[in-house]
Amino acid sequence: MDQNSFLFQATVFLAAAVIMVPLAKRVGLGSVLGYLLAGIAIGPAVLGLVGDESQDIMHFAEFGVVMMLFIIGLELEPSLLWKLRKPIVLLGGLQVLVSSIVIGALALAFGLHWKQSLAMGMMLSLSSTAIVLQSLNEKGLMKTDAGQSSFAVLLFQDMAVIPMLALFPLLAVNGDAHTNGHNNHTETWVSHLPGWAQTLVLLGAVAAIVIAGRYLVRPLLRTIAKARLREVFTATALLLVTGIAVLMIQVGLSPALGTFLAGVVLANSEYKHELESDIEPFKGLLLGLFFIAVGASIDFTLLAAQPGLIAGLVVALMAVKFLVLYFLGRFFKMGWDQNMLFAMALCQVGEFAFVLFSFSQQGGILPRSITDVMVAVVAISMALTPLVLLLNERVIMPRFGQCKVAMPPSREPDAIEEDNPVIIAGFGHFGNTIGRFLRAHKIGTTILDIDSDRVDFLRRMGFKVYYGDASRYDLLRAAGADKAKIIIIALEPAEKRLELIETIKKHFPHLRMLVRATNRYDAYDLMNAGMLHVYRETIDTSLRVGIDVMKLLGYRAYTAQRAARTFLKYDESKLKQLAAIRDKEEYIVAARSYIEELERLLQADSTGDGFRVDTGWDEESLIAEVRAREAAHNSPDHS
Amino acid sequence: MSRILILFAHPVLEKSRVQSRLVAHTQHLEGVTFHDLYEAYPDFDIDVKKEQQLLLEHDIIIWQHPFYWYSCPAIIKQWLDLVLEHGWAYGSKGKMLTGKWAFNVITTGGAAKAYSPSGHNRFTIRQLLAPFDQTAYLCNMQYLPPFAIMGTHRLNTADIELHAVQYEQLLVALHNDRISEAEWKSVTYLNDLIPLPQSVMD
Repeated sequence: MDQNSFLFQATVFLAAAVIMVPLAKRVGLGSVLGYLLAGIAIGPAVLGLVGDESQDIMHFAEFGVVMMLFIIGLELEPSLLWKLRKPIVLLGGLQVLVSSIVIGALALAFGLHWKQSLAMGMMLSLSSTAIVLQSLNEKGLMKTDAGQSSFAVLLFQDMAVIPMLALFPLLAVNGDAHTNGHNNHTETWVSHLPGWAQTLVLLGAVAAIVIAGRYLVRPLLRTIAKARLREVFTATALLLVTGIAVLMIQVGLSPALGTFLAGVVLANSEYKHELESDIEPFKGLLLGLFFIAVGASIDFTLLAAQPGLIAGLVVALMAVKFLVLYFLGRFFKMGWDQNMLFAMALCQVGEFAFVLFSFSQQGGILPRSITDVMVAVVAISMALTPLVLLLNERVIMPRFGQCKVAMPPSREPDAIEEDNPVIIAGFGHFGNTIGRFLRAHKIGTTILDIDSDRVDFLRRMGFKVYYGDASRYDLLRAAGADKAKIIIIALEPAEKRLELIETIKKHFPHLRMLVRATNRYDAYDLMNAGMLHVYRETIDTSLRVGIDVMKLLGYRAYTAQRAARTFLKYDESKLKQLAAIRDKEEYIVAARSYIEELERLLQADSTGDGFRVDTGWDEESLIAEVRAREAAHNSPDHS
Repeated sequence: MSRILILFAHPVLEKSRVQSRLVAHTQHLEGVTFHDLYEAYPDFDIDVKKEQQLLLEHDIIIWQHPFYWYSCPAIIKQWLDLVLEHGWAYGSKGKMLTGKWAFNVITTGGAAKAYSPSGHNRFTIRQLLAPFDQTAYLCNMQYLPPFAIMGTHRLNTADIELHAVQYEQLLVALHNDRISEAEWKSVTYLNDLIPLPQSVMD
């Protein structure tokens, strides 16, 4: 590819993304659909600006998925992963197993060879990590039951790819192509080794990642960070991801899984945020590119030639996958709403199918006539996912969900039009305390929450609850935002909070906003967004611990209490000052600035000018004065 | 046998010279309940029910505190405001405290003679304690003369200790009903009932 055509292509892709994504977001379709539409627009069917190369680009852009899993790993501490072990193995395992069998059986019924059917079943049982996680993340649904379950299933699928790849060469119908296909795709350092040695190497690689992540990467990052060259740190972060990916491919593991593991290992490190913010834009762009490529690769001529067949296959496939997921969800006792979301989110076929299709075609498992059709089916099913989720959110949930935008069962007719003065957005552990407190004092509150199981429960408790993404204008309006006085923004994801703030500023400027902040940084962002009432989650609790420590050490309760209050006031005022400073130094990246800031704080603490101790109760100066006067008079009876 | 409740208030007891010694001498006395208000309610959220119960369980109520700005530290005012409820402590149906004795135990930096019409504090201690006197009166309690340690700025450690022992003796005497109404009505300060050597008082 010469430079000119590279630049041209880059321009086409970027322009498509820049135009379509904001448009799609504006009309509430989400960025994934925006990218897909952009891809369709520049693809052969509409503008024809890109052609066959979109397949190559897709393979390249798949690296975005690897990066995404790295970032997910960073955000997932090992303890949390351990907690998810049951859904990962059971739910994920059953999903892959049952879906493979059902789809394979259907393929068999359509007259395919059993080997081909098995391959088909395995390939189509996988879902799209990229689309699902991106969509759920964007809607702030990752922390819900459905989100966590989806994540668990996707993680298992990523692992399941390994044995599938190992199994594929055995499924070749056409013996001739066997060796050919095998060598084509998995020529690695270890492929000539015997099976047991391969397994050893594989385990060794995993161990290497864990050990290196713990003992090697941190000192390396520290050295790099000391050099204070931002781009070198970014390069190191990228190197880390690509290096692990290469290693994983060489030993025959999924690179996504390897980087995920590395992410988990580094989740507790001090460079977590810095790595995250460095990789994030690359991940975003590559994923975007990937989605565009999926859109562009939809073969509309094939679609036009066999519309019935392809549409039928898409619908049948998604329906089968949906049903399997749905029944598994039932089996695992998910609430109806959560189960719908879970099944809808995962019912497409994933990007890995593209790889497996080309692999199986070269390996002589499936003929080109079938894979071409199936590639179109897969791409369409992926493109449909955001639409399906949208359908679920906008049509199915409001109509049939238990948590449809709804009022509490109001018996007396005059209670229908209650206009609550307070809205609480987000009823997790932060919001619910506020809600309970206000309710205890009979202050009318309306709650917005994204977790449908919780919404369901709250509604039974008689709360006025609306289900959905609180940053959506229509939901806010339905919740009575135009009549409320105060909104408490207690959503968990920080980006969602900022989004909500923007929506409110635009549409409900009269609402006073009281905002939860995860930490100091978040508080800066919120202050810079013009927020006056910012509440850091942990400051009060930490200080209460401080009070109790003082008391246990024998300090007077009142003294400890006052010390903590003084400290809080001092810290809040410092927060405001530092927020202003930070504005000027925005180039400092998160992790590094944290240390610098702590340094500044500690320095200010040690000068002590923030903790003026009240002297009103002190007598030293008074006593000194009395005694001095006495000495001057020198009269013994002057008492 | 009278049960004694000491409602104690000092915002910075750790810095106190005199009050801390007085407190030390109250700790193991039979029939005396020592109740440290700043320690119990650092947030000023006084548990009214509990305080009222305490009052009911005692016969003699003492407000012990430094004499800040001719009055009590803030928490005692908060205590008075919240605990002495209408209909409970005073009013046509508020008779719960009837007949109890109450007085102040105070420490002042200024010397005794400063608290006189000719002294620089212009008013006597009894005049300045009028709000407590009247509060006790309204609650149907008998208001006793104060126990006051004055001129604390000049007191040395030994004299402070003598005053503390004097206070302890007062408490023992009161608990054992050794001080009659006629007796306390005859003195300006309860100190006078348990005299100290003249050299300590000068």
